[in-house]
Amino acid sequence: MTLEVRDLRIEFPTRRGTLTALDGVSFAIAPGEVLGVVGESGAGKSITGLAIIGLLEPPGRIAAGEVRLEGRRIDNLPPEEMRKLRGRRIGVIFQDPLTSLNPLYTIGRQLEETILAHLPMSKRDARARSLALLGEVGIPAPAARYGHYPHQFSGGMRQRVVIALALAAEPRLLIADEPTTALDVSIQAQIIALLKRLAAERGAAVMLITHDMGVIAETAHRVAVMYAGRIVEVGSVRDVIHAPKHPYTVGLMGSIPRIAAKRSRLVQIDGAMPRLNAIPPGCAFHPRCVRRFERCFDERPDLMPAGASLAACWLHAAA
Amino acid sequence: MPLLRLEGVSRDFDVSPPWLNRVLEHEPRRILRAVDQVSLDIDKGETVGLVGESGCGKSTVARLIVGLYVPTEGRIEYRGRRLQMIFQDPYASLNPRWRVHDIVAEPIRFLGTPQKVEELLRQVGLSPDDGEKYPHEFSGGQRQRISIARALAGEPDFLVCDEPTSALDVSVQAQILNLMSDLQRRLGLTYLFISHNLAVVSQVADRVGVMYLGRIVELAPAAELFTRPRHPYTRMLLDAVPDLAMSGRPRTPVRGEVPNPLAPPSGCTFHPRCPHANDRCRREVPAFIDGVACHAVLEGRI
Repeated sequence: MTLEVRDLRIEFPTRRGTLTALDGVSFAIAPGEVLGVVGESGAGKSITGLAIIGLLEPPGRIAAGEVRLEGRRIDNLPPEEMRKLRGRRIGVIFQDPLTSLNPLYTIGRQLEETILAHLPMSKRDARARSLALLGEVGIPAPAARYGHYPHQFSGGMRQRVVIALALAAEPRLLIADEPTTALDVSIQAQIIALLKRLAAERGAAVMLITHDMGVIAETAHRVAVMYAGRIVEVGSVRDVIHAPKHPYTVGLMGSIPRIAAKRSRLVQIDGAMPRLNAIPPGCAFHPRCVRRFERCFDERPDLMPAGASLAACWLHAAA
Repeated sequence: MPLLRLEGVSRDFDVSPPWLNRVLEHEPRRILRAVDQVSLDIDKGETVGLVGESGCGKSTVARLIVGLYVPTEGRIEYRGRRLQMIFQDPYASLNPRWRVHDIVAEPIRFLGTPQKVEELLRQVGLSPDDGEKYPHEFSGGQRQRISIARALAGEPDFLVCDEPTSALDVSVQAQILNLMSDLQRRLGLTYLFISHNLAVVSQVADRVGVMYLGRIVELAPAAELFTRPRHPYTRMLLDAVPDLAMSGRPRTPVRGEVPNPLAPPSGCTFHPRCPHANDRCRREVPAFIDGVACHAVLEGRI
């Protein structure tokens, strides 16, 4: 396994008590595999990504559990070592390409510097590699655009540059947090295809964080559905989309509008996801669940086999 | 007569550099045509969707209709009583210092009664007690409900909705879309629904217009547009939508990007990305005939 996360728990100590943003999250990603992490705002998907790359904002901290990259534990590394790991072994793509690019440097310089910082290479080789990468991510005429600044690129082209940067040092793990959310649908399709191809070619493990089930369906092999800081269902994309097992996933799939000739009313999950300071006891989803029963009110379910997937729901408990 | 009629409406924006720069650097005046010759009729009680990518002019059309912009050319006729607009960002469009009942009552502050405000809140699925709270105490979806309650306060018959659910999570989006269709049925509202999300538009719209670089390139009943798209751009957009059913239907990969609107391509502005473009497309702007603006379609080539 390239990435293994076990029983991860993230806490935010505040004056009014400790908030648990993530609780008992475990998953693994194999080389060449794309794991989609889906959930609504506040479910904990971005925080999981930040914890893995060691960029959790204080006072947030990993309170329990461990993160392993190719077998080596990385959640307790000193910041300096973690910094070397990012970029070298772990590539990161964020939603807004402008946050990852320095507006004052040409994109050529940013790529060269990234490569030189991580790989033993001459400046000339780094330049050749930068040009090759730009070509690979689909920037037309890379040599002509090498000296351009980020503001001279369109949003889609900027995200391509960010992908080139993330891949510069041949990372084993790629964490993409909403990589296509800021892009138009026609550009989104191109970026999805690109991510998919590059991950497959390089055998990198990809953690794709998004709120968009459509992007997951196009890109991921497996998907983990998050709700209120926990994984509530995990399984192959096909199983989760066509035969969701957790009532939350069922509701989520039904609430997604689809292009259809006939209009129908969308399935709606009433209420909203609880805030971190008010996560209900038992199953966190029970106040909104249409299929709850006594056990759901005070006993918290862990992931358990449900068909071919795993779901954290008492409906699937062996009798 | 339709409730709303747009006839050859265009809107230019002057994006020239300041006068001194123009003189010193010999820069010409630059005019951006955000909306170009748009004609559209909307009948009472229907929902018309407008889709397109960023910069296609769909939000400018919304602002022209509600009078936030004045058209440079063409005319807009409205035969209803009142128009209201709902915006994308429910965080930016509500005054954080006001209580909810003051926000909702603002359009009717000389006529409104507390009962009226309570009724409006109930209508959008909030409780009358929520009127005492401030916007920050609500989630994004509830804030959008407040925006809708405020829009309904003046008893409009036409709502212009500019990306009303784009900032919301998908389960909350479903709640708001369902609420909007309930309100439409109950109050006989007419909607212009603007979104970049084709699936959302297919969910709500009776007719759909597709915009590209300021022009409507195709306009058709939703059922037809989504099953038998005619314009190559509509086809490309539909092919770009992620395939949630994982049906593996064959799709053409999307090519290129929207060109710079300051220097739009000659002829049909879609020609550099179009697989069916020929010399005529590069030369001649296609007229909008019978629901579509495309030489290839009208010549029967596709």
